[in-house]
Amino acid sequence: MFETLSLYALQVYWWIIISLLGGLFVFIMFIQGGQTLLNQLSASDDEKTMLVNSLGRKWELGFTTLVLFGGALFAAFPKFYATSFGGAYWLWLGILFSFIIQAVSYEYRKKEANLLGEKTYETFLFINGSVGTILLGIAISTFFSGAAFTLDDNNFVHWDVGTRGLEALMEPLNYLLAFAMYFLVRIIAGMYFLNNINHEPIRQRTRAMIKRNIVYFLPFFLGFVAWVLLKDGYAYNPETLKVSLVSMHHLMTFLEMPYLAGMFLIGVVLVLVAVFNSVFREKNCCIFTVGIGTVLTVMALLLNVGLNHTIYYPSTTDMQSSLSIVNSAGSHYTLTAMSYASLMVPFVLAYIAYVWHAMDRVKITEEEITSADEHHY
Amino acid sequence: MELMNTELVDWSRAQFALTALYHFLFVPLTLGLSFIVAIMETIYVKTGDLKWKTITRFWMTLFAINFAIGVATGLIMEFEFGTNWANYSWFVGDIFGAPLAVEGILAFFMESTFFAVMFFGWNKVSKGFHLVSTWLVAIGSNLSAFWILVANGWMQYPVGMEFNPDTVRNEMASFWDVALSPVAVAKFLHTIGSGYVIGALFVIGISAWMILKGRDVLEAKRSMVVGASFGLLVSIFLAVSGDESAYQAAQHQPAKLAAMEGLYKGEERAGIIAVGILNTDKKIGDDQPAVYGDIEIPYALSFLGYHDIDAFVPGLDDLVLGNEKYGIEGAASKIEKGKIAIEALQSYKDAKKIDNKIAMAEARKLLDEYMPYFGYGYLEKPTDIVPPIALTFYSFHIMVGLGVWFIILFLIVLYLTMANDITRFKKILWLSVWSIPLGYIAAEAGWVVAEVGRQPWAIQDLMPVGIAATHIDAGNVKISFWLFAVLFTVLLLAEIKIMLRQIALGIKGGH
Repeated sequence: MFETLSLYALQVYWWIIISLLGGLFVFIMFIQGGQTLLNQLSASDDEKTMLVNSLGRKWELGFTTLVLFGGALFAAFPKFYATSFGGAYWLWLGILFSFIIQAVSYEYRKKEANLLGEKTYETFLFINGSVGTILLGIAISTFFSGAAFTLDDNNFVHWDVGTRGLEALMEPLNYLLAFAMYFLVRIIAGMYFLNNINHEPIRQRTRAMIKRNIVYFLPFFLGFVAWVLLKDGYAYNPETLKVSLVSMHHLMTFLEMPYLAGMFLIGVVLVLVAVFNSVFREKNCCIFTVGIGTVLTVMALLLNVGLNHTIYYPSTTDMQSSLSIVNSAGSHYTLTAMSYASLMVPFVLAYIAYVWHAMDRVKITEEEITSADEHHY
Repeated sequence: MELMNTELVDWSRAQFALTALYHFLFVPLTLGLSFIVAIMETIYVKTGDLKWKTITRFWMTLFAINFAIGVATGLIMEFEFGTNWANYSWFVGDIFGAPLAVEGILAFFMESTFFAVMFFGWNKVSKGFHLVSTWLVAIGSNLSAFWILVANGWMQYPVGMEFNPDTVRNEMASFWDVALSPVAVAKFLHTIGSGYVIGALFVIGISAWMILKGRDVLEAKRSMVVGASFGLLVSIFLAVSGDESAYQAAQHQPAKLAAMEGLYKGEERAGIIAVGILNTDKKIGDDQPAVYGDIEIPYALSFLGYHDIDAFVPGLDDLVLGNEKYGIEGAASKIEKGKIAIEALQSYKDAKKIDNKIAMAEARKLLDEYMPYFGYGYLEKPTDIVPPIALTFYSFHIMVGLGVWFIILFLIVLYLTMANDITRFKKILWLSVWSIPLGYIAAEAGWVVAEVGRQPWAIQDLMPVGIAATHIDAGNVKISFWLFAVLFTVLLLAEIKIMLRQIALGIKGGH
């Protein structure tokens, strides 16, 4: 089935999968968002424990999505994996360190004799939620702003600045996406809590939090969108593969591919509708609306930067070293083999959805959190 | 391609070794204990005896403490190929990335999704669904081990690929050759075997401690029966799969096998040194004895390596200097051929630049012929093919010695729990307790044999570590090395403290 597809079709297929994973990952990062809200949304230790336990039943899904994101990039776009991870060394290690400390924190926080104390593990969760999210936002923003690398004639990466990725922190425009993501994942976390925790005081605080965070989110998000749409974009010539700067290329891509623009707009509208319903109509059901909205928005942005002969990882020092889905992908054989493996993805999503449904049928309450017969974080 | 400075390469290797060794402190218990817990829960569901539920939940608590830090240390493994071995990641990413991605799709989600049910679902889903979830966690973690070991096995024995000079990378030619490579399968079986043995050692060791302290004796004895019967089975399985691993090493990595045994001069009907002290002054080709005070098991190495007691096992002298009688090519000649391959690649690139099709075809032909020696072209001298002998030799002997001890221990413990009263045998109980760390030592030693024993290769015969590393100032890697060392050590100490406290609370003590 996949064997008959052209190499380009397979590259596009895999970029769609990467974009989908990216969208799902940003959505599941509500766990990170929630980790920044533990103190703000709780007034007692039990309430905080409810929040932690609510997130604690999902955190591994986020972690796993990050790992799969890495694996899928390695398999489908190995040149990106080698270039970006090897090149922007400290940016990626910073992200990874923030996730390493997350992984133990849920389990160890409340355990006796946990060496570092409850507060430290909560700080770990906060660092992962804040620093981790912002660094990831910056890393994704370099898809648009570029990075300083040169590929030699073996396609081996040479990073052209000694700061090894930290220079991305010095580019103010990268913070637009970083903070937009930071506030967005807090908003999604709010809707998750509304849906998952049956406890009125937390719900009230959550609605107020969402209201504030949408106000912070919008300027950063609109600023990011304006920057991306109006800036010169890197594009390659499909025949010669030569890379050049094209005025307002990302805007043109949306105009030339109206279904992408539609996807983007529907995504944004769904997020706003979810916020409206949560805050003003006091609904608790909006996690799915906001989830679909987030996935669509992020997917549309990633598709914009990958399709239409666009460069998705521009080099600011040697333009011809820039990466597109065409010059960075795996071979026809590997993409075909991986495409068969990708047929498992709907099945995986189905059992995740089933388990989510089975586990969340009963909402978290104060009684459950204080019951001795339950496993708690 | 140029060799990177040794300082950078050594720090990159040190960081990978550090993170991998830490990760493997937690993986084996996940692999083994997940099945033991699933067996215990199955007994609970079948018998309806609540004591078994208490036992299951106690071991599950310890499983979760270990699992969390296994996940934490595992994350970096997924990305470290990129961060620290970027050239490697490009050169073979088309093959190597696939098993990692498949691992993510097939295994990690299964593990993490059903892990949540296993821990939080006791009162939320049916008994049957819960039991299935526990089994799925066990299957998921073992599946994930399979795919990552496929990746590792491929580095030891690269198969199923073709070199593409246009992109300067190896490209996959057969997924099934990669996934079902005999080295990968042997590695998988031996590694999960080590995990099962550690799981069993952990269960009998902690149960023994509880019996010694007179706590929850009935539950501890029941745990011991499950642990020891599982342990006996899997320790024998571990020995058999170890034999297969050695056989594969003999076929594909003869220098590793020779280093494991400290064998310099190859011989027919070669024996295995059961005990001995390595002569560290010995050099390739001299006449000094290789090992002092050795006790040898005759014919065993020939049999282990080739399943034939008469077979010739090449030693390091033969592999470095060559041995005409047995048709073994020396390293000097392989280095020459490697250099031809490297030059052919350069000629191909030069010809391509000026679009000279004839020159390209000629270079391509030469390159294809000499490609199997490509990596040798980057070695400076023939002795570069020799891995660190002492480390490989002693690690191998420690691993095998401990493996034999585990079989004996499980046999004794099983006999005493089933046919006698184990609570009266204090010494055996203490031996069980002290065998827990031995299990970890054996497992780590096994990885040292596998990875140190294959030096200087990142990919056997194709790419030495000096080419594979990321081009970066060594100072960066030094800093990240120490960051990992401090962070992982702190987390390990926290894990051990929490674990000990949970054990002290006892099986009925709470979670």
